[in-house]
Amino acid sequence: MCGIAGSLQLHGGTVDREQLQYMIGAIRYRGPDDVGIYSHGPIGLAHARLSIIDLAGGHQPMSIAQDSLWITFNGEIFNYVELRDELILKGHRFTSNSDTEVLLHLYQEEGERCVERLNGQWAFAIWDAPRRKLFLSRDRVGVRPLYYTHTQGEFLFASEIKALLACPKVACAIDLKGLDQIFTFWVTVPPRTAFVGISQLPPGHSMVIEEGRVTTTPYWTLDLAPAATNGRTTADRLAEELLTLLEDATRIRLRADVPVGAYLSGGIDSTVIAALARRNAGERIRTFSVAFEASDFDESRFQHEASSFLRTSHHDVRCRHEDIVRVFSEVIWHTEQPILRSAPAPLYLLAKLVRDSGFKVVLTGEGADELFGGYDIFKETKIRQFWGRRPDSSWRPLLLKRLYPYLPGLQRQSLEYLKHFFHVTQQELNGPFFSHLPRWELTGKTKQFFSVSTRAELATTDAVSSLLHDLPTSYARWSPFLKAEFLESRYLLPGYILSSQGDRVAMAHAVEGRYPFLDHRVVAFAARLPADLKMKVLDQKYLLKRAVKGLIPESIRIRPKQPYRAPDGISFFYERDGYVQDLLSPARIKQDGVFDPQATEALVKKFRSGRETSVKDNMALTGILSTTLLLERFMRGRGALNGLPPMGNQLSSQSASRL
Amino acid sequence: MLQTIRKFVIDNYLFGEEGKLGNEDSFMETGIIDSTGILELVRFLESTYGIKVEDEELIPDNLDSVSKIVSFIQAKQSALTREDDNILFQPLEKLPT
Repeated sequence: MCGIAGSLQLHGGTVDREQLQYMIGAIRYRGPDDVGIYSHGPIGLAHARLSIIDLAGGHQPMSIAQDSLWITFNGEIFNYVELRDELILKGHRFTSNSDTEVLLHLYQEEGERCVERLNGQWAFAIWDAPRRKLFLSRDRVGVRPLYYTHTQGEFLFASEIKALLACPKVACAIDLKGLDQIFTFWVTVPPRTAFVGISQLPPGHSMVIEEGRVTTTPYWTLDLAPAATNGRTTADRLAEELLTLLEDATRIRLRADVPVGAYLSGGIDSTVIAALARRNAGERIRTFSVAFEASDFDESRFQHEASSFLRTSHHDVRCRHEDIVRVFSEVIWHTEQPILRSAPAPLYLLAKLVRDSGFKVVLTGEGADELFGGYDIFKETKIRQFWGRRPDSSWRPLLLKRLYPYLPGLQRQSLEYLKHFFHVTQQELNGPFFSHLPRWELTGKTKQFFSVSTRAELATTDAVSSLLHDLPTSYARWSPFLKAEFLESRYLLPGYILSSQGDRVAMAHAVEGRYPFLDHRVVAFAARLPADLKMKVLDQKYLLKRAVKGLIPESIRIRPKQPYRAPDGISFFYERDGYVQDLLSPARIKQDGVFDPQATEALVKKFRSGRETSVKDNMALTGILSTTLLLERFMRGRGALNGLPPMGNQLSSQSASRL
Repeated sequence: MLQTIRKFVIDNYLFGEEGKLGNEDSFMETGIIDSTGILELVRFLESTYGIKVEDEELIPDNLDSVSKIVSFIQAKQSALTREDDNILFQPLEKLPT
């Protein structure tokens, strides 16, 4: 895992090598083991390396075919062993044992379509010198990030936004439309980001820059096409097939020349992955967890149960309120977007524990909730749909009481109020976003804290309708359950779960996450799986639970879903150095202009009073603080970014001799 | 009472935007109170007015506007007073100890 950056002069000219040094310098923490720069004429590629496969031979940027094809690559191609054998049979010769070289040869053999053959997680750029073509690609589900911008006849790309902002000519301003989307969906809708003029390559897309033209093309999309099932034998066969697939997805994700660890959340998904890793890698596997001081969030009992069942050497980091506020500014420096939950902060601490324990790679259970019917929003969708068919039924809405058992505030609601909040109308039932409307409405209420000028700027913006243009053609035919699954997988998964809670907080400590549930074969299997095997009536992850019987402790297998959460608003009042107080002060809020100073002050007062706060209050406070931190660290702190040392002085002798 | 309740709603749900709140405005229709907010309101009413809101009383008819809350509290308080009054007419051995 690594950090990449690069530049292409669109109308000729010579690339600025020093600028590349600053760009890669800004994200050097992603790859502390090695750094390299290639520049020639209009093209420049930079790479910061975290050495995992072929420690000695994997230096980048790498070239083949007499330096006619160059690559800078962040990620892993897990099926590189098989692809390499196949390419050797076709006459390709390899000089290293790295997956990077396989990728170059595969491109040479199959061109841009090579990405369809890859099993992995990637963001890369290949410079095809004879064709003067730059080819960029990002993995199917968006595990690895890739950002780009155009300015003054130059195309710039990088693993993180801060590498682009390290170029003084790239403007730095918050994108209010992006902010509006985050305060609705928790994420921006790709290619939009939280920064004006800076885009992200959407997951499952490739991009070609040739003769000054930029073309973006999807090479993969999540196409949910469930097959029909009949009876018990089919479910058993599918459960077996799923376990076989997961086992192989885990096995190839253990390919590394360094030790591999696994996260244990205490839930079924990560325990399954840790169990499969243990089965394949034996006692080498170590497990890592976050424990919370606040008992509402703590799952250490189940984590310890899993680790003793699997007989792994287990480590955990105990997270307190004051730890969350202490690291929150650094967390936002890494998420590069406002967040409405503090949950990335404990994962930032967890990645640090992993790194301090001498590990660079961890396997985790991400993706199972989206693909196999784990989230409560799928249950909510089914219940609302069932109720919506008989809106006057007096007992159907009683099922709403079964939702979100882990949210006490919701559990104590009377039925009348639950019915209002989880409303169903005939029009909504047939609409494209039936599943997510109550959630987006609730999140959208955080916008009451936007300032008058922000609201004026967004007067004609409607985040929800902006999604309409981004849906696949088959979407309209899908059931509300499948639509919900698509919305979770396409937006929240890459934009928040794999980003703010994934790549960004792990790579802050040079730790690479690997996700067997997101192996594209597992994803394809899930896409064909009938919805009633994902969630049988209201039984979440039905088939997965059936598939892993005996593999993990029974108490964890049948445990009700407990989503990973962390203490939110309250944490920010445990600070020691006063930065939150400064950032949320009316003077500072007024100066930034994004939020309303009076309303923000009233919100802060509500938290300080110790009175009960709502879900919306917590999202609003976390959103305001993280946005203000983004302004503080990136806009006000821009000087620091540009003042980072260029990494040219750390170029290895190998790259120096090659250039 | 009306002013106290108004102030609570303005401070806790509208965050100071006083002009937006009519006494008859439905909290649900205007989106003033979100899914977990109603419990904050109940806690406030219970501690401020010394009443106990029963689960079956957690309905919009009682709590969905400033005016409805005022009527609800007044009804609860007068019921409480009646209970107290009744005590005076009960035989001494039936009084709670």
